Amino acid sequence: MKKYDAIVIGAGHNGLTNAAYLAKAGLNVAVLERNAYIGGATVSRELHKGWTYTNCSYVCSLLRPEIARDLELPRHGLQVVPYGGGVTFKRDGGYYGNYYDHNRQYREMARHSKRDANAYERYTADVMKQTRLIRPFLLKRPPDPTSLKLRDLRDLTEFAGSFMEMGEEGLADTLKFWTKSVGDFLDEYFETDVIKAHLGGTGVIGTALGVYSPGTAYVLLHHYMGDVDGNVGSWGFARGGMGAVSGALAKSLLGYGGEIICDADVDQIVVKGGKVTGVALKNGDEIHADVVVSNLDPKRTFLDVMDAKDLPADVVRKAQNFKIRGSSGKLNIALDGLPTFNGLDKSSPLMLGDMHFSDSLQRLERAYDDWKDGTWSKDPYVDMLIPTQTDPTMAPPGKHMMTVFVQYAPPKIRGGEWTAEDKAGFEKSVIDQIAAQSPDFKDLILHCETRTPKEIEAEVGLTEGNIFQGELTFDQLLFNRPFPGYAQYRGPVGGMYMCGSGTHPGGGVMAAPGANAAREILNDLRQPNIVPGGYADD
Amino acid sequence: MTDNYDAVMVGAGHNGLICATYLAKAGKKVLVLEANATPGGCAATREFAPGYSVSSCAQWLNQLHPAISRDLALEQHGLQWAAQNLPSISLDEQGKHLSLLGNKVEGANVSAEDRAAFVAFHAKTEKYARLLVKAFEARAPKLVESNLTDRLTLIKLGLGLKMMGRDDMSDLMRIILINMYDVMEESFDSAQLKGLLSLDSLLGSRMGPRTPNTVFGYLYRRVGETLGNNGQALVKGGMGALGEAMAASARAAGVEIRLQSPVASIDVEADRAVGVTLAGGEQITAPLVVSNADPVTTFQHLVGFARMETGMARRVSHIRCKSGTAKLHLALSGLPQFTGLDDAQHGARLLVAPDMNYIERAYNAVKYDEYSSAPALDISIPTLHDATLAPAGGHVLSAIVQFAPYAPEGGWEAHRETFMQLVIERIAAFAPGIREQIISSQLLTPADLESDYRMSGGHWHHGELSLDQIMMMRPFPGATQYGTAFDGLYLCGAGAHPGGGVMGLAGRNAAREIIKRGAAA
Repeated sequence: MKKYDAIVIGAGHNGLTNAAYLAKAGLNVAVLERNAYIGGATVSRELHKGWTYTNCSYVCSLLRPEIARDLELPRHGLQVVPYGGGVTFKRDGGYYGNYYDHNRQYREMARHSKRDANAYERYTADVMKQTRLIRPFLLKRPPDPTSLKLRDLRDLTEFAGSFMEMGEEGLADTLKFWTKSVGDFLDEYFETDVIKAHLGGTGVIGTALGVYSPGTAYVLLHHYMGDVDGNVGSWGFARGGMGAVSGALAKSLLGYGGEIICDADVDQIVVKGGKVTGVALKNGDEIHADVVVSNLDPKRTFLDVMDAKDLPADVVRKAQNFKIRGSSGKLNIALDGLPTFNGLDKSSPLMLGDMHFSDSLQRLERAYDDWKDGTWSKDPYVDMLIPTQTDPTMAPPGKHMMTVFVQYAPPKIRGGEWTAEDKAGFEKSVIDQIAAQSPDFKDLILHCETRTPKEIEAEVGLTEGNIFQGELTFDQLLFNRPFPGYAQYRGPVGGMYMCGSGTHPGGGVMAAPGANAAREILNDLRQPNIVPGGYADD
Repeated sequence: MTDNYDAVMVGAGHNGLICATYLAKAGKKVLVLEANATPGGCAATREFAPGYSVSSCAQWLNQLHPAISRDLALEQHGLQWAAQNLPSISLDEQGKHLSLLGNKVEGANVSAEDRAAFVAFHAKTEKYARLLVKAFEARAPKLVESNLTDRLTLIKLGLGLKMMGRDDMSDLMRIILINMYDVMEESFDSAQLKGLLSLDSLLGSRMGPRTPNTVFGYLYRRVGETLGNNGQALVKGGMGALGEAMAASARAAGVEIRLQSPVASIDVEADRAVGVTLAGGEQITAPLVVSNADPVTTFQHLVGFARMETGMARRVSHIRCKSGTAKLHLALSGLPQFTGLDDAQHGARLLVAPDMNYIERAYNAVKYDEYSSAPALDISIPTLHDATLAPAGGHVLSAIVQFAPYAPEGGWEAHRETFMQLVIERIAAFAPGIREQIISSQLLTPADLESDYRMSGGHWHHGELSLDQIMMMRPFPGATQYGTAFDGLYLCGAGAHPGGGVMGLAGRNAAREIIKRGAAA
């Protein structure tokens, strides 16, 4: 029976990152993956012949540049192509465009409202200020405010210090930003519905909250934290789809001598005498290791692959109460050609970015009301992109791939399972919404893969299909993520760790949780730290 | 031209009267100017139909700080209780009601597990509320430019937090930021119990059970209980009698109160408040101007945006103070019969909040400036405890209605009658014969409450009690410790820390701050 220094359960991007760092530090590491392919929600798959679907996560920007550089991801084949632009179509046939070029952006905003165009400068500066504040803490372990340990007190002082530097008013602005709804936040700057809707959508993506729910301004910030090539806040496509990210991470891991074992479905983390001794697979095999790291979400980790008798009662209760709500679905569509959109030239730079059809915060909020009622949104918020315009490797020449992220879709329909009719209704509500602005869209569809939270859960293993491995609400952020007392990547059992998006700083293809967990593991093993910390901006 | 006052108070609301009394006791000569004909602000009794009177704005008394009540000797000045320690009863259309008082839940649909869980929940939240009381009794500490006083408060709060023990401390930090819905789902099975408690978390606000901040709203309400006000209380003669008692106490301390004297402006010279001008044109100078009006009224309408820098004007205009609460008053020819309630139970606080999703759906409407088609209600029949409010045999029913928009499309006049009938219909579902007993009815929309009581947005807390508007952010940075950017101008109303709800701490804290600063200068 083979024994490793460490086993990582799940070959998602955080599991691979974690394992890569452990391997780089000289540990003998294996990553166990249930599926026949790696990547978790960071995948590219050919589900229609000739097309590459980037069928879960679909854009790249949050990936920490420190990690990409450190693990030499570009050398291992990762190429991120930035995209500018984006558009929200209006019901009345008009649109609001989002341009990369600053002057052009100003003119476009002024076309809708001069006042909004002027407010945009202030808005951008304010959001960036918050981004700069939080970014250095992404690659740090969150301090435990209830602890009196020296390291926690020091980290806490540092954390508090950077807030204090902002001054009384700056601090109040920050606290407001963190607790406000994205709707209220945008109302303070803008007057035009379509502009607010365009900017506000990111405040609810992946979240079971509405644009008027307090706390969603933070979710907007979460999406702004990334950068492409040092350009803060910009977004990009990984060439070849998001699978390129996990592919590069895997190559990096293998390069450091780590192993990846696919089709290895973990049944249980084996605990003896309060310490982990390895894992038991569903096929009956047992693999030994002194360190077991779970890249699974907190519910799967503590309620599925761990036995309640091995855990303190409070952990089981906290895992049961952990909020990981399915709120989104996805459509991946193979197209026979590039669709036409009302009022937009096919060569317009707006075509290259994210497209939306919700032209007011009210429409976004009503989409959330449907979710609260236990059904999919009849007028959903979609975040749609056609990456093949930028990356022709993903479809045959002249053909296109469309990725449509859909908010909201509940994990269950009014308490019952999704039926085939429900799924068809969900798909129709999305396709009709797009077709209302694109007359030739329906005729161009060659294949459509529709994913409800149920499919996402079944394939990726994310409970309820929650893309962030747990809601990004304040009770589940920083020292509360995944739950109080266990927010520093260590589990309640000796040798057991967590490295998924369910830990600080949360989801999105950021790789920070995986790296932070590796740092803690190396610290516990009294190995020198090789994991980079966050750099401060400017 | 009058100029022999040390301080002029704008508004004779309860916080204004409390603040004025404390200032007078400290030797200051104070003039209180009130626009309405009676003192008390939202603590008001109004005749809404011939012979029928009601507490027309604030309805229940459950948060008044006992130390203030003692210092002002309110009982000597005429405050009498009509009833105390009333339970809350959540109504059920089939008559399977649930009753709650203190940590005891009774009712057909509550399991023994829920009963026990509620005892534990009650004890835990009581601990949290005690910590809030500590925070509420002091001025909100500044975090950055802190001084000794603020640091002591912070240390006291920090210690209080640590003293709870690690589990309670981390649990408080987890739940304080989130919504009641999730906490209820974690804690109880009974839909009725969850509905009742979540209604308590959001009365007076524009939030639903799923809105983050509502746990804070619940703890805020629990502060009253922690201060010793078990259950709900009614004032004899209605809440106006509380206003009168406070005014009597103020006068006894030497305060001069002028009613029907609306202030038109707070006069500022070189960033210093110098007095006020009345609507009639009379100018009154004083080195101190204290405003019991809400922050928007104070800064936007009385001082004027032209007098302040744009950053401050922007902060004022961003204060969220649109209410989602209306009030319905019914003059009845007899006692209405609620299905399944015995006569004594009719005198309790009666709630229509069958489950959390019901309240959430009621809330959905107000997000789009529409009114709830099935609103949640908080009902009282004060005449069961106080016969003075109605002619012999008659009764008054007063209901807090969640949710009604501040400004529905087309204006309130287009909707008032429809909405009022809809609310009455809702009550009739529980008290079938009530329509035949109605002699007269009155609906006060948020817009009415705004104009009657001069509260911007009609919000009874002068601004939403949400995490972005409490403690060191209430009402906005630069005015968080009662003093403002204008020398000599202070805030003492519900818009200041800790907020409203006839608690009186904003008024008392402001007086302390004014006295302290005066001594230092």
